[in-house]
Amino acid sequence: MHILVCDGTGCRSSQSGLISEMFRDELLRKGLKNEVQVIRTGCFGFCEKGPIVKILPDNTFYTQVRPEDTAEIIDEHIIKGRKVTRLLYLDPDTQEYVSDSKHMGFYKKQLRVALRNCGLIDPENIDEAIARDAYQALGKVLSEYTPEQTIDIIKRSGLRGRGGAGFPTGLKWEITGKNPADRKYVVCNADEGDPGAFMDRSILEGDPHSVLEAMAICGYCIGASNGLIYVRAEYPLAVKRLKVAIEQAHQYGLLGEHIFGTDFSFDIKLRYGAGAFVCGEETALIHSMEGKRGEPTNKPPFPSQSGYLGKPTNVNNVETFANVPVIILKGAEWFSSIGTEKSKGTKVFALAGKINNVGLIEVPMGTTLREIIFEIGGGIKNGKKFKAIQTGGPSGGCLTEKHLDTPIDYESLTAAGSMMGSGGMIVLDEDDCMVSVAKYYLGFIVEESCGKCAPCRIGNKRLYEILERITKGKAVPEDLDKLRNLCNVIRDTALCGLGQTSPNPVLSTLNNFIEEYEEHVFEKKCRSGQCHDLLYYVIDEEECTGCGACKRVCPVNAISGEKKQPHIIDQKICIKCGSCMEKCQFDAINLKNEYKSTTVSV
Amino acid sequence: MTEIKTLADLKKKQEEVKSRIDLRNKAENPEARVQVKVAMATCGIAAGAKKVMEYFVEELEKRNIDAIVTQTGCMGYCFAEPTVEVILPGKEAMVFGYVDNVRADEIIERYIKHGELVDGIIPQNYDTIEHEER
Repeated sequence: MHILVCDGTGCRSSQSGLISEMFRDELLRKGLKNEVQVIRTGCFGFCEKGPIVKILPDNTFYTQVRPEDTAEIIDEHIIKGRKVTRLLYLDPDTQEYVSDSKHMGFYKKQLRVALRNCGLIDPENIDEAIARDAYQALGKVLSEYTPEQTIDIIKRSGLRGRGGAGFPTGLKWEITGKNPADRKYVVCNADEGDPGAFMDRSILEGDPHSVLEAMAICGYCIGASNGLIYVRAEYPLAVKRLKVAIEQAHQYGLLGEHIFGTDFSFDIKLRYGAGAFVCGEETALIHSMEGKRGEPTNKPPFPSQSGYLGKPTNVNNVETFANVPVIILKGAEWFSSIGTEKSKGTKVFALAGKINNVGLIEVPMGTTLREIIFEIGGGIKNGKKFKAIQTGGPSGGCLTEKHLDTPIDYESLTAAGSMMGSGGMIVLDEDDCMVSVAKYYLGFIVEESCGKCAPCRIGNKRLYEILERITKGKAVPEDLDKLRNLCNVIRDTALCGLGQTSPNPVLSTLNNFIEEYEEHVFEKKCRSGQCHDLLYYVIDEEECTGCGACKRVCPVNAISGEKKQPHIIDQKICIKCGSCMEKCQFDAINLKNEYKSTTVSV
Repeated sequence: MTEIKTLADLKKKQEEVKSRIDLRNKAENPEARVQVKVAMATCGIAAGAKKVMEYFVEELEKRNIDAIVTQTGCMGYCFAEPTVEVILPGKEAMVFGYVDNVRADEIIERYIKHGELVDGIIPQNYDTIEHEER
């Protein structure tokens, strides 16, 4: 038998370490040391009810176990085989005790649809994919449904684009299908560029066949026999696995001529992106594939009318495609039963930042940010306080404490001032400076702006300069108004989606954290101590022995004081080189985000 | 490789590969092979999964354990990379996190050889779509 004790950060902070020690001691005392083992495990993702103890092989799941409960568990459960009912999970809906974790609601917090095969199959072996239903949907569509029927299934399922904008996928297919042309294209957008996002990469690396299959289904629906995957060259492993997958699908005749003995032929080729963020925008992506500069153009014409080489082109994101085969096999009703009224199905998120369980998760639409951060994510690192969560990448925004109970779907995230985006989620804690965060994202935009339109090229550069002034303590009060005005101008006048959303990180932090901006501007203070120019070297009067070492090393003679008396640093002269702090042997000099102006010598 | 020409062909193929995989998974006899899956997405490889996979391949062979070591995609537990899933014949899959060569040795000696669990198990905390009979 095994006793599993959660050793995740959440449970550890409520004494799970002591609990496992006590289990071991008790087993030793009862002479069961060899029969029963105590194992420390990673996070169960149910930190709310921690500490968690699980007994194997009968899968009993105990919640909120206290150190004093250990003896009872051993006496009752291990020795007598009777479950300790009061420690079982009480289902809040049915008011019944649940002993097996598989029947518990929290297991359903994460539902893997797009990630169904990731981490389960060998991505370089098509047989393993076939064992898990790969290409069944394609076969079913080709032999049982017309393109119209298939599009109808996708439309009824309510699937919307997972790249960020949330355009209904079935509708997109229908429009592209209706545009007559001698040649059409299916394009998979695998140009994932948001900082901290790796959903698409993981799908391509873990389950490439799901994307290939869905592209073929799309080709059948819109009347295309050519597929192109635009994948960034920085994803060498994804490229390699896609190549292997395409090759293996060809060998089985699941791609190529006369698939499943029908007249339908479909082939997929790869196109490599050089890693420009703007190429995730579909018109820019198409230009890049044509060998032109990766710059967006005005819509209309939409790619569905005139896309790659002037032909109707259907562009979908990797995750969107990965959902398609399951929808065909399990039906539109099944898919639309998951999620919220307007956003169906699940969404993959890449959880990063100051969170315990950094990772890739997939949750039904409508899950709240609180559930994601504090249950699945296991809470904030090192017991710090949650400050904000950045969603939607450089086009998104920061959501705060008050948004934690927002159910995640396209509309509610937009309403809260952020956006769904492709699924990057970066968690920020009390040590993060929101002005610096906004500056970071803007720096990214300035780097990645293609330069075609003035608002994005010049406007964002100016925004960045204002933010830089703020973080360096050189801002004037008017800068705050300027910042907001310029954001609005860029949002209203930029050419493409990237430009129009580029001021979002600034706007959302201005709206939610205006007090931090004001502190930087008026008090020249950064509360989280991230802005180095707003930190001051201060001598602690209590600790200072007056040895004079700092005074001698200071290159600008900013330090004064009598021997054996506490010294002081004149902040007006100090150049913040840090030499004094390095020299001080009594740890009397510290970096602080404010200083008492009375102690400054004149 | 034979081409798949109809949906029936595909289903036949699926049965074939499924039974092969099932045999690996569910076989009751102790002679059945152990499966070791290493999460080899970019994140895992960056954290050292390649070395761990090589270690498993070499050591299992040296210690005369009949096992299949395969790679797989991202399991989603990025905080605990490299992650390794071990399926003993007839048992449920177990995922171990933070696996380096030392921990790999422990997994081989204690879990694979004797079925004793070792510290660092990562509990599965998600649901996936189940296969329904069609």
